[in-house]
Amino acid sequence: MELSLLARLNDLTERRRAAIVVTNLSDNTQHLIERTADFSSHPLAQEFEQRFLSGKSGTVETEKGPVFLTVSVPPPRLVIIGAVHISQALVPMAEIAGLSVTVIDPRTAFATEDRFAGSVLKADWPEEALKDTPLDAFTAVAAVTHDPKIDDYPLLAALEANCFYVGALGSRKTHAKRLERLQKAGADPTRFSRLDAPIGLDIGAASPEEIAVAVLGSVIKAMRKPEADA
Amino acid sequence: MRSTARHTPTDILKTAEVWLKAGKSVALATVIETWGSAPRPAGSHLVIDSDGNFEGSVSGGCVEGAVVTEALEVIETQKATTLEFGVADETAWQVGLSCGGRIKVYVEPVV
Repeated sequence: MELSLLARLNDLTERRRAAIVVTNLSDNTQHLIERTADFSSHPLAQEFEQRFLSGKSGTVETEKGPVFLTVSVPPPRLVIIGAVHISQALVPMAEIAGLSVTVIDPRTAFATEDRFAGSVLKADWPEEALKDTPLDAFTAVAAVTHDPKIDDYPLLAALEANCFYVGALGSRKTHAKRLERLQKAGADPTRFSRLDAPIGLDIGAASPEEIAVAVLGSVIKAMRKPEADA
Repeated sequence: MRSTARHTPTDILKTAEVWLKAGKSVALATVIETWGSAPRPAGSHLVIDSDGNFEGSVSGGCVEGAVVTEALEVIETQKATTLEFGVADETAWQVGLSCGGRIKVYVEPVV
């Protein structure tokens, strides 16, 4: 691998951009495919599309012999809107599961270091907090404040950014009202089926800790079995 | 992330770049195929310098030693090579996968 290619790949990774290194195993030549670039004329275009979705590296046979695809997709992130009781349980569990976690809540009474030691806490409005680290397809968003003033904006942004998981806390009634507001705010209703609400796997979760388990289960399902998304 | 975070393939590629820019001679090993219950998936990396220092993993520690030895050769010759490991017999405990899987590892110079 040439340093220039390696440096480009690392730069893309730092900016949370997906890319594939294509290595021809017969002649050892390599090139880089960026997800955002137009690669439709490449003979492996379809293969690239699938690999960007699955994030899995692997060998494929081509006319020119075997080719290895090193797929680099950003590490999955979980953005939790609301520094509430559920979040206190969800943060450590999600971190153990390998997600890097951000908690956003403008209410300084909730967003305290005491309640969220060691985690990335942003005591700010989502509109502000998400400016530095915009949402992307490798990010999951769980909105759990119950407060439309705080939850609605990140939900809109998450649907817009095609986040791999978007969940919102609240009863079916609350959710119906939410959808009305989101549509008024300009959201595309065809994307509403992507919203996980009521939030989390249907395991009868009752306590905040149990709800956190249900939410994490949903996030992992969206990540590992995206085709199962309703 | 907390200290439970593992070295991800992207960390290893960053290490490769840092080592190379620090003037080291570097080889990169990548799992390119797995069969059966291989411990690390395709795309897992191990980066090696000419002093035999390494970061990352291509197995659960079973074949890293052999890969490092081959990598030193690759750094010397500047020619990429493909290695295959599997369980053949009792000696597998030395250079094989005790889990019963088989893996193919691509080792290339980084220049």
